[in-house]
Amino acid sequence: MSASANPSVAPVRRFSGRSKRVLPGFGLSLGISLFFVSLVLLLPITGLVIETSGMTWDQFVFTITDPRVVESYKVTLWTALAASLFNGFFGLLLAWILVRYEFPGKRIVDAFVDLPFALPTAVAGITLATLFAQNGWYGQWLAKLGIEVAFTPLGIVVAMAFTSIPFVVRTVQPVLEELSPADEEAAVSLGASDGRVFRKVIFPSLWPALVTGIALSFTRSLGEFGAIIFIAGNTPYVSEVTSLMVFIRLQEYDYAAASAIASVVLLASLVLLFAINLWQGRYLRRLEGR
Amino acid sequence: MSITIDRISKTFGRFQALRDVALEIPEGKLTALLGPSGSGKTTLLRIIAGLESSDSGRILFGGEDVSSLHVRNRNIGFVFQHYALFRHLTVAENIAFGLESLPRRQRPSKPEIRQRVAKLLEMIQLPQLADRYPAQLSGGQKQRVALARALATQPRILLLDEPFGALDAKVRKDLRRWLRALHDEFHFTSIFVTHDQEEALELSDQVVVMSQGQVEQVNTPTELYAKPESRFVFDFLGHVNVLSGVVRGQKLVQGDAWVSLPGNRSEQEAQLYLRPHEVHLARAPDAHARLPLRIDAVSLIGSEVRIELVPEGWQSNEIWEVGMSHNEFARQNPSRGELWYGVPDIGHLFSGDNGQPKTVDWHCRDVAKACNI
Amino acid sequence: MANAHRRVGDQPWVRRSLIGTALLLAMFMLVIPVVVIFAQALSAGWSTFADNVTDQYTLHAIGLTLFVAALTVPLNLVFGTALAWSVTRFHFPGRKLLITLIDIPFAVSPVIAGLLYLLLYGRNGWLGGWLANYDVQLMFSWPGIVMVTVFVTCPFVARELIPLMQQQGSEEEEAGVVLGASGWRIFRKITLPNIKWALIYGVVLTNARAVGEFGAVSVVSGNVRGETNTLPLHVELLYQDYNVVGAFASASLLAAIAMLTLVVKAFVEWRQSRPIVSTPEKEVS
Repeated sequence: MSASANPSVAPVRRFSGRSKRVLPGFGLSLGISLFFVSLVLLLPITGLVIETSGMTWDQFVFTITDPRVVESYKVTLWTALAASLFNGFFGLLLAWILVRYEFPGKRIVDAFVDLPFALPTAVAGITLATLFAQNGWYGQWLAKLGIEVAFTPLGIVVAMAFTSIPFVVRTVQPVLEELSPADEEAAVSLGASDGRVFRKVIFPSLWPALVTGIALSFTRSLGEFGAIIFIAGNTPYVSEVTSLMVFIRLQEYDYAAASAIASVVLLASLVLLFAINLWQGRYLRRLEGR
Repeated sequence: MSITIDRISKTFGRFQALRDVALEIPEGKLTALLGPSGSGKTTLLRIIAGLESSDSGRILFGGEDVSSLHVRNRNIGFVFQHYALFRHLTVAENIAFGLESLPRRQRPSKPEIRQRVAKLLEMIQLPQLADRYPAQLSGGQKQRVALARALATQPRILLLDEPFGALDAKVRKDLRRWLRALHDEFHFTSIFVTHDQEEALELSDQVVVMSQGQVEQVNTPTELYAKPESRFVFDFLGHVNVLSGVVRGQKLVQGDAWVSLPGNRSEQEAQLYLRPHEVHLARAPDAHARLPLRIDAVSLIGSEVRIELVPEGWQSNEIWEVGMSHNEFARQNPSRGELWYGVPDIGHLFSGDNGQPKTVDWHCRDVAKACNI
Repeated sequence: MANAHRRVGDQPWVRRSLIGTALLLAMFMLVIPVVVIFAQALSAGWSTFADNVTDQYTLHAIGLTLFVAALTVPLNLVFGTALAWSVTRFHFPGRKLLITLIDIPFAVSPVIAGLLYLLLYGRNGWLGGWLANYDVQLMFSWPGIVMVTVFVTCPFVARELIPLMQQQGSEEEEAGVVLGASGWRIFRKITLPNIKWALIYGVVLTNARAVGEFGAVSVVSGNVRGETNTLPLHVELLYQDYNVVGAFASASLLAAIAMLTLVVKAFVEWRQSRPIVSTPEKEVS
């Protein structure tokens, strides 16, 4: 080693200057963020906790296992599952044609994918209800085939699918764009059929994003309200979703019951949200780790 | 302005990036921080700049402790690896940025700034590109703009992170020469980080070789190449031929190969390191060495013929390489597949765990023992 | 893709059938609904449309909605930018948690969002009760509407900025610091031009959602016509009154905002995909 500095001067820390962040604004930006997150996102949850803790356990269980409520869980879960799976296919198809092919109007289709994000849910709701009504543009044709959409669980599926399409498309699209053509060309040049190449080469890199997109779409569908209530008919035990149950209890001024049901839904959504983020983190790490 | 690095340590999570690094960077010299990736060289550069904080230790500029000084106030020039030009500002605006950021009292007037920028553009030979945006420049041009931007505020110290890493070979050579000339003209204290040994040896006045967060060796390029002090520096600087074996009866032996080591009696494992120019080839083994090697490839391009050889009857992790002048080559005419014998002239012996090698010179054979330098 | 480098799905019949299916579905699910909105709004003629839109209650709903958006958007702009700056420019414990937390509004049903605020700030809530002592009523009036709208739309700006700022890295800002620039100067001269377009889209999207929020607002608004009725609530009210044409007239205003949002998005993407100035040149040395 060439040299060491004057050892008589002890390398004592003078003040906290060393831990100072290089870029400015750490305190300010984090302060604003934490203040906002606490005030807007976290504080309101305390109200729910207090309201539900005012109930006895038996009351709580009785409220959340009321047969009509239980039926609404089932309806919500099944329809959300159906909608997100449909979006899994439709979203993948849309992402595929937007990434792989050139065709007239591509930019417009690409822009329209975000429509459900931008269109108010109530507007979506009355529009779908009008389209699928018995005398509506779609309804009259479907009626001839004996299919009823409006005022049935199928209507709920349609509304959920509409509002959550962008999640699948926008998660899958970037991954498709980054697929290396070389792997595929190699496989094709070795004489593998398209189906085989899709299954063996493309799908393995695609499915984590697809699962994430479907999961996001499912989560969003569980909470959907505005688009659904207009088309679902809201028949108890048949086409009532859980969000609506909360709303109904609120209109009956039964805050305790509304809170109890809401806490179940909230817990489920938060668990899903954290699970998706963990899963995404893990799969991203795996991609980077290579 | 000299720079003193006083026992700097830094950890990222569980990874120790720097351990107790102490170093003196002489004033007005161009110093290279050389090492493989993960050796801590970039971290050290960023700590000197103040872009990263150290866990312990101090940085002194000209004897003044700047450890607690914010980057903004250290008055250094820093050239980022990927230039970090401001993509929404023109070349001229990029260069003027530092001057315009000065506190109002020190800030030159607008015409003065314009003049200074023009002068810098002249210096980097790109006055015609003043109004271009970074996206419109080639790699070499970006690099020069980045330099001009760093020099605009007349810093006392210039720090460069892998300055030529992203450029192609031809541009890289031109820029290297240009940077050297610039440095010789202005004499600021410069440090640059590189993983390219050739670049470090060619460009700098002093090379600091780093490995695993520690300084391995500091010396001038010539001395460093001639007298590496550790296996690491040996391996890292240029090609090296290795015979690793056991010392037995004043010989280093492995399989069919041996080299005499007069005076070495202790029986232990040892490695002999030989630079390509420290070995020559012969048709028959020499009295002091028998290193059977089969020619694997011959490369004629360059000022010297480079011959790659594979050990025969013994083993080496890497291929052996021996240089030969074109004249010699024409006379001997070695060709692929032939068996030849390596004859070492000077070698460097590492034995046991001690880091420092012992130099062995077989030309002093007339003296009873090999003369140790 | 040239034919010589054939990739999966490049045969003409596969390509045509995939594009055909996707376009047909997109047509039925995305395009026709928009057409229906405007067709219904105008089904009774332009003058009815004009009457519907200039109806006293509709105008009030438009006013309230714009007012709510005008308060919500700047708040979330500041929050989103601050959050994106802190999580992309610094490492600190809890950073990942913070990024996850701002997704809460995506995952939570808007009805539940409204309920949370009602429980806290309503007359029986612990904060609401305390505020009531000072004669402050937040729920069932416009402050409540603003509060839930802020909740529902708070992720949008941050969500647009975080990936972009992460991808751009902080080298340019570091270079700014080395050159001695102040924090504000760095933000204004270096960061802001780099994130400008994403920021604009974030704002437009926030605005679209703020204007269109229904579930959460309907819980806390109290739906008093001419007082706490926002445009989406007004749409619902008219629809329930079987005034379908009137409902769609109001809905068409909201749909127009949505379409505008999409146009801005397309424009922003076009801007971002384009180099700052084209015509790259060769080395001139």
